[in-house]
Order: sequence, then C-alpha cells, then structure tokens
Amino acid sequence: MKPAVLTGEHYMTGDEACAEGALAAGCLFFGGYPITPATEIAEHMSERLPGVGGTFIQMEDEIAAIASVLGAAWAGQKSMTATSGPGFSLMMENIGLAACTETPCVVVNVQRAGPSTGLPTMGAQGDMMQVRWGSHGDYEIIALAPCSAQEIFYQTITAFNLSERYRTPVFVMTDEIIGHMSEKVIIPPADQIKTEWRPKPQGRKDRFLLYKPGPNGVAPMPAAGEGYNVHVTGLTHDEKGYPVMSVEAQHQMMTRIKRKILGNLDDIIMTESHQLEDAEIVLVSYGISARTCLAATQQARGMGLKVGFLRLITIWPFAEAQIQALAQRVKGFVTVEINLGQIHLEVMRSAMGKVPCHLVGHHGGTIISPDQVLAKIKEAFPCP
Amino acid sequence: MSLTALAKNGAVPDHPLEDLIRSDRIPHIWCPGCGIGTAFAACLSAMKASGIDLQTICMVSGIGCSGRAAGYVKLDSFHTTHGRAIPFATGLKLGNPKLNVVVFSGDGDLFAIGGNHFIHAARRNIDLTVICLNNLNYGMTGGQVAATTPFLARTTTTPAGNPEAPFNLPLLAWAAGATYVARWTILHTRELTECIQKAMKKSGFSFVEVLGPCPVNYGRRNKEKSLQTLKLYQEQTIIRNNADPTDLEVDFSKKVVLGEFVDKERSTCIENYDKTCRLM
Repeated sequence: MKPAVLTGEHYMTGDEACAEGALAAGCLFFGGYPITPATEIAEHMSERLPGVGGTFIQMEDEIAAIASVLGAAWAGQKSMTATSGPGFSLMMENIGLAACTETPCVVVNVQRAGPSTGLPTMGAQGDMMQVRWGSHGDYEIIALAPCSAQEIFYQTITAFNLSERYRTPVFVMTDEIIGHMSEKVIIPPADQIKTEWRPKPQGRKDRFLLYKPGPNGVAPMPAAGEGYNVHVTGLTHDEKGYPVMSVEAQHQMMTRIKRKILGNLDDIIMTESHQLEDAEIVLVSYGISARTCLAATQQARGMGLKVGFLRLITIWPFAEAQIQALAQRVKGFVTVEINLGQIHLEVMRSAMGKVPCHLVGHHGGTIISPDQVLAKIKEAFPCP
Repeated sequence: MSLTALAKNGAVPDHPLEDLIRSDRIPHIWCPGCGIGTAFAACLSAMKASGIDLQTICMVSGIGCSGRAAGYVKLDSFHTTHGRAIPFATGLKLGNPKLNVVVFSGDGDLFAIGGNHFIHAARRNIDLTVICLNNLNYGMTGGQVAATTPFLARTTTTPAGNPEAPFNLPLLAWAAGATYVARWTILHTRELTECIQKAMKKSGFSFVEVLGPCPVNYGRRNKEKSLQTLKLYQEQTIIRNNADPTDLEVDFSKKVVLGEFVDKERSTCIENYDKTCRLM
C-alpha cells in the first residue's frame, strides 16, 4: 500500500500533483463528479484514498459533491472536491453555506473556457471573479493560483492549511493547461510537510459557542459526535449558531466572517516579485499566464526595457496594498490573464487612477504568448 | 394537580423529551394544527427508545417548515441548503461511519429539488434514516404546489387545481432500492415511533413517510379543516403491511395504505466500499 506522502521525484500531471498534495495535507474525503479537465483528480483520489484510510465517492452531481464535502468536514475530516466551469457554477449555493457556516474545505477549479459548456478541453482563467462572488451575498473566501504541477502540489497543501486555520472554503484555481501538463514534481519527506488542523474547542461542552472567535478571529470547531450538540445553519446565526433574524445578528455574523480573512491579510496574501526593484512597467499575472510573463520579463529586459513582474499566488483576498505601493513609483501595469479582464479590474481599482493599467487577455482556449505581452508593452509604453 | 397549578408553584415537570430539545429555542415556528411537531416528537421518542448512544446521533435537514427540525433538536444538527440534506448527510456518514445520521425534512425539499439525491442515496444504500413529513405542499412559502400535491388540489400556484400527478413516495423508495420503507400519519404515533426506531437501527437506507396536515396553507385552500384532515387519517386509511408498492398513492377519496412496506437486507454502501475498494 502506498503511503499518503509519496516522497520522491515524479513525473506527473498537474491534476495528479493536486491529488498527491491533498493526500500529503491529510485529506481523507473526496466527493466528486466527473468533468473535463478535472476528472483526473477524482480518478487519482479514487485509487489512492482507500489505501490511506480515506473515502472517495462519486456523487450524482456537483451539487451533491460539494454538499458531501461539507458533511465530511463536519464529521471531522479534511475534505475536498475538484471540478471545472459548469460544475463550479452548480456548487455555488453550497459554497455560500460553507462560508456562512465557516466550514473548512478545499475546492479545486481546473478552469476551462466558458461560458456554459464552452471549450471543455481547452484552458482559460475566466472564473476568477466567479470564485470571489459566485455565491449570493457578501462573504470572503481565499483563492490561490498555482503555475506548475510542482506548485499545484504545494498550493493544495497550503489551501488545506489555510482552510483549517481560518475555517473557510479555500479554492485552488488551476486551469486545463497546467492540469493536463506533465512536469517534474518533487515530493519531500512527510516530516518536512507542514500540515495544520482546525483548532479544537476546550472547556465545558455545554457552554461551548460554535462561532465565538479566538484571538485570530477564528472560532474552534468540534466534529459531529464529540458531544457539543452543535447547531449548524445557513440562516443568519449568533455565536451559539442559533438562527437570529435581525439586522444586528446579520451585522455581527458578516463582520466576523469578513474580519477573519481581512484581518489576516499579511498571513494569507502571497506574491512573488521578479525584477521589481527598478521596474517602470509591471506585469501582473497568475497561474499559467505567470509563465508567459516570466518569459516576457526576461525578453523585455534583454531589450533594455525596465519591466518587472508581480506574480499573484493568492488571488483572493486581493493584493491591493502591493499594487497600491507599486502605483506610487511605476509608469504602469499590464495584467496578463486568459479572460477579458477580471483581475485587470482589481489592478485598476487598486492603482486608483495613478498610472495607466493595460490588459493582455483573450477569450480563452490557449495560452498567451510572450510576444503578445511584449507587443502590448511597446504599444502602451512607447520608448521616448 | 393540573399543569397550570404546577406552573404557579414553579414546579413544572420536565417535558419527557426535554433532554433532546433546545428549549432555549422555543417557541417554535410551526403553526397551530401543523403535523410536524408530532412527527418530530415521534422521531425524538424513537431516538431515546432505540438505545443508540445519543451522542452519535446527528440530524440533518434541508429547507422548509420540516427543515427547521434540526434547529430544535439538542444533538449535533445541520440545517443545510434546499434539497441537499441527503448529500450533506452522506458526507457526514462517510466521514465518520460511527455516526447515526437521521435526515428529517419535508416533501418539497426531499422529493422535488432534492429528488435526485433521494434516489441515488437509496440506490447506493448509504446507511441513513430519512424521515419525510409529507404535508402535500410547500408550507413555508405560503402553500405552493409540490411533487406530492394530489391531482386537482388547489394551491397558490395551482389556483384552478393541480394539473399534475403526485409521486408515490414509498414506491419511489422501493424502486430505488431502499432497505426499509414505511408510511404512517401523525395520528398513528405509536406505530410511527416504532417504525422510526426500526429504521434507525436498520443498517442501510431507511425511509419513513409521515403524512401530516398543513391546515394553514393546504387545508384552507382545499376546504379541509385540521380536524377533518385527522378524520381522513383515521377513516380513510388502512393498515396493510407489505402492500404492493404500486398501491400506495395518497388519494383520500380511496383508502390510503399505511404500514411497513419494505424490510430487507442489502449490503450498505460503506460495507461494499470497504470490501471492494480497500483491498486493492
């Protein structure tokens, strides 16, 4: 029987690396439904989970898949699902339930071009706003965007750690291109992988309050069967978890849900800087398009252009402060993403009109080439 | 001494189900004459009588009047999204097979928006006890037509009468593979409590339909007072255990069949998973 952590050097797809990352993080439940290009994650989990004491189930649709993931989370397991566009849309209502009930879970979206059935076998980055706002109401979530199979492995672990630390759904936003691309993946020894678990309650069970936050804004979370008699509801609730239909209760609950994320931005937001020190033009990108930008940055530097690159690893919450700081000293931004300008809007919002913001994007189905980025740089920021 | 007199003395005896009710959430939302409370009490009585460690019992509900049940039971309880109580409960059970998971919800939640989940849970024989309070309409939203509303019955969305045929719920459960199926009305509380207890102890997918009145929304529009509905439950029902599932339509112009219709053995989803998938 293979161990949960497959220490060693592997050649695997991004989807497989995602599954291995989940197992290394301690995930023991996967509720899924087949959909291109995320199916391989389910397939890999169906093979691996029973061997490490976990459970895989293919549910009757994506709505059931995410509902089962939440159920398993309350049974005390680290749980996850993986899907793509249409399935992601179907999951939205229960993602709201996860946010509202502060249920830790990981949802992987291997993005394909949409809307609707779109281009099932061809990649895109068109769900970046949907992941932020897809369920109704105001809420906060965390979303990460890996750019290689190796990083999918690590970010899936990070996603589980963040979801446990903040009792919130966390999204791994990959895409068809890295999901299906085979690359070298190095899996470290198990004792070098940091895994976190949701804080457990202490003290008297009959006085326990399910949503009374600790110092970091997050409440401890018991599992079903541990004797806390918890009540978990998607209705607006008080700290005990009881439904309260009032403006005040709504205010308190929403403030708590937002504060635990927005009050810990330094802990959650991860970015990577490339040649930003003297940069005049800053590329902003994430996921597969980050690789386009790395090449474009190098080529631009080769031409003597002062181009730097800010790679967003955490997409949500957005790295607003980083963009704001750069906007004080650079000539402009170029956001590169496989959509028609989603994160581009966030960059514009954060730059607050101080410098021009441009987009290199398209409707989806293929990667963006470094040449397209260089052309935009030359067009938007002509050399004097 | 009467209860009122006891109350004046400050010596009200505990409700027999006090230990299973979140009394800090009373009064409940259910209307006078509603059948949900009776079915809910039968469910709690069955839990106590079953001898199952109460700490292992969880209740999962969807949305609607019956969906509020999870909010009143002093156990680990989950009030989920509309129609999704069963898949949530499936994850809960698979995540910790030691839990005894009871789904308590209404006919609209379980059989219209959640109908697909019901048949698949029965097919895979996941070890859940599903109790459906069938009041023939969507009560919480004011009395709209449901997948269980009788043909020609009036609701707010079928003002001229329901042009559609209702589901026969025990037939659906039987066809989908449920290992235990029973139906009672809220007038038959002893039988109902016994059957819920059996359903809970039974491994595999168990289904108990409970017919209960909704006088405020369904009864009012169909010229049926609460007491008349209860009379129908008394006079227009017949107990026939192991009846042919195709004979179980809810049509009070004929006799409505009550009883225990399925009680069979079949390996559960978890047993089969362990046998099939864990030995690779």
